[in-house]
Amino acid sequence: MESVLQFFYANKEAIFIIALTIFLGLEVISNVPSVLHTPLMSGANAISGVIIIGGIILVGHADLQNLVEGSNLLNLILGIFALLFGTLNVIGGFVVTDRMLEMFKKKKK
Amino acid sequence: MDTLNITNGDIILEFSYLLSALFFVVGLKLLSSPDSARRGNLWAAAGMLLAMIATMILHRDSNGGTIQAGNLIIILVAIAFGGVIGAVIARKIKMTAMPQLVSFFNATGGAASALVALIEFSNPDNQSALVTLLGLVIGSIAFSGSMIAYGKLNGNIKDIFSKLMTYINLLILLGLVIMVVVLLTSDMPLESKQLLVYVLLAVSLIYGVSFVMPIGGADMPVVISLLNSFTGIAAAMAGFIYHNQAMILGGIFVGAAGMILTILMCKAMNRSLINVVIGAFGGGGAAVDREKGTVKEVSATDAAVMLNYSSKVVIVPGYGLAVAQAQHICSEMAQLLEDNGVEVKYAIHPVAGRMPGHMNVLLAEADVPYDKLVEMDEINPEMPKTDVAVVIGANDVVNPAALDDPSSPIYGMPIIKVHEAKNVIVMKRGMGKGYAAIENYLFYADNTRMFFGSAKDSLQKLVNEIKAL
Repeated sequence: MESVLQFFYANKEAIFIIALTIFLGLEVISNVPSVLHTPLMSGANAISGVIIIGGIILVGHADLQNLVEGSNLLNLILGIFALLFGTLNVIGGFVVTDRMLEMFKKKKK
Repeated sequence: MDTLNITNGDIILEFSYLLSALFFVVGLKLLSSPDSARRGNLWAAAGMLLAMIATMILHRDSNGGTIQAGNLIIILVAIAFGGVIGAVIARKIKMTAMPQLVSFFNATGGAASALVALIEFSNPDNQSALVTLLGLVIGSIAFSGSMIAYGKLNGNIKDIFSKLMTYINLLILLGLVIMVVVLLTSDMPLESKQLLVYVLLAVSLIYGVSFVMPIGGADMPVVISLLNSFTGIAAAMAGFIYHNQAMILGGIFVGAAGMILTILMCKAMNRSLINVVIGAFGGGGAAVDREKGTVKEVSATDAAVMLNYSSKVVIVPGYGLAVAQAQHICSEMAQLLEDNGVEVKYAIHPVAGRMPGHMNVLLAEADVPYDKLVEMDEINPEMPKTDVAVVIGANDVVNPAALDDPSSPIYGMPIIKVHEAKNVIVMKRGMGKGYAAIENYLFYADNTRMFFGSAKDSLQKLVNEIKAL
């Protein structure tokens, strides 16, 4: 399909990076003791909240002067929700991971 | 932004994104070793903070405009609000509810990705319809799927399984693919397209539900890890829309890490991912009819004597211990026994609790020393030399059917071989089946004694009896 090929060409650098990042992700995570699976999942989950940047961009460039025009208001509200959810994911995720890991530290003498 | 002059701000912004991405990688690397894990989490958080602040100050839209003060206030209020709620929930929640909390946070991330994609689809400046739609679909599935996983772990939603679901799911998936292709290729007016996008959103949400619904509760950790990977991919798709390297890298990195973590978890249970997603788990009894022995009960006094005059005791904690919040009293009992010269160890199955590592966290909370926790592969050879194995609120992870009954749904799953110990005491509330709903022949074995009651009460009785000896 042409649009897919065009997309590939337009984003070729990103796609190279992605291919390498996938290997990096696999490499970093393999050989993790099962004890750490839960905190690791939780930490990775917090990082996936990076969508928050998208929320910031959306709300940041929303046209506050012409809210009535088109779907500007709806988009702003949805954007605020995206930002809210993203923050929940990021802050909640990092805090809960820290709480889990706090336990591990205490054990060490 | 390509047509505009590049300012110093743009350069600093991109550089910040590069740093953030590196912080994510270093953070996750440190997270994968017990000694550095906590630092790793802080690194990743710092990376996120850097990307957020840099975006707020330096990001410019396609006309070169920066973020205005009014918008910035809205952003900060929303972040403060979400941040406080998130931090409070994360601090206050009980350790036993940790798995569903992770699932809930994953759901919010998926929802955020889906919302961003939904808004961006109607943005005429947005050239990348393909990634936008993928972000919408994957984000929605991650959201509704995680919410179902949350409900299951929380006990609000029961398993529904029928072979039919597999076919229905395939059909819905096909429908999703067709809709995406139509949206990409047809030249229908924008209004109809937007309508179809809402249909796509709805069907994606339904797919998330129907995808997770038939998967057994015991497999939820694997599913959460998989959905976590989805959320990362959805965030990366949104990153393409904004040509934002931090989002692309962070998202894909988490996507890949989540995928390998999912596979590692499957390995710990000796199952394939396909088997988890499609296969039936739970429901129905084992097909093989076996000679059932009789169930033999033990009194608190007898159990206390048995334990106190052993030389080696292995405690096998399960989710029952966690829900009863009995980890502290359990640790007290172990301490008493040790004071009386008994060697006590804890045998931790990789999937004990509701998530890998969950039990370690719970026992650590009760001040059980790290070196007392022994992993399955290390403890199994010691089992025949063990005088008493105490199973507290665990069931499937000690079910010998996993070793010798090919018809059992858990056949092949590695277990802790408590049945090889000289004596076994099983603490359980009743004769109910475990999470996988399979009969456990351990309970009828000659060397097994049952001690019925809630884990907390039973342990308290034991502690009193041991003290009285």
